[in-house]
Amino acid sequence: MDVRLINPFIDATLHVLKMMASVEAKAGKPYIKKTECAAGDVSAVIGLTGEANGTISITFPAKSIMAIVSRMFGETITRVDGEVSDAVGEIANMISGQARQKLEKMGRVLQGAIPSVIMGKDHQIKHISSHPIVAVPFESDDGGFTIEVCIEE
Amino acid sequence: MDLGMTVLIVDDFATMRRIVKGVLKDLGFKNIIEAENGKAALSELKKEEVGLVISDWNMPEMTGIELLKAVRAQDQFKSLPFIMVTAEGQKDNVLEAVKAGVTNYVVKPFTPETLKQKLEAAFKQ
Repeated sequence: MDVRLINPFIDATLHVLKMMASVEAKAGKPYIKKTECAAGDVSAVIGLTGEANGTISITFPAKSIMAIVSRMFGETITRVDGEVSDAVGEIANMISGQARQKLEKMGRVLQGAIPSVIMGKDHQIKHISSHPIVAVPFESDDGGFTIEVCIEE
Repeated sequence: MDLGMTVLIVDDFATMRRIVKGVLKDLGFKNIIEAENGKAALSELKKEEVGLVISDWNMPEMTGIELLKAVRAQDQFKSLPFIMVTAEGQKDNVLEAVKAGVTNYVVKPFTPETLKQKLEAAFKQ
């Protein structure tokens, strides 16, 4: 996978979380993920089609996403419920949209599907192909989270 | 802007409906109704006298662009202010919405100030 395709997703993640939840996050070093097991407790996955096919996902540990959604809603969230899973889907949707705008400027037009959200300890994230899955961990004052990008060309 | 008008928010994500509703309430709007997709929105438009529609694009059952086209196809809604608030910010999407008669276009994520400015601009048109 062309590593230049990763940066738009990193930039989009930082931008969306800053705009929607005032979260100042920092991206860590990308790595190739070898398992399907999610690093977090709530994940959203979005299929991408067009000039390339792929999937992107974002996964949050419960503690991180409760803190982030608390900031988004301006009220304290104490459990991972339907409201939180809905928010994770919308965060993923916005990251997908922002990243695809940036990719369009690089000459790559992709369409994004409606996100699917998966919850629970040790759940799996299924990407569409056997191509390498690039994972990027993020850190913030509210805790960590990880995005995964798998695009076949 | 008539703050007494009914505003219809259309989005499949409750989170986004909640955020948009919060901005509208802060601006002073009192009558806010919601729908989860375009189909449900059309049903609300039959029941309520709506003065403004704020709709997402990507939704199951009926998308925002399909809703916009269905709304503009009806004479009584030809000039109904319709703002698309969506993560779809690619050129082709914006052009399609403009051709279909969108009043204004907001790309997510947005600040409350951006939405406010787009609302004010929509009513000046």
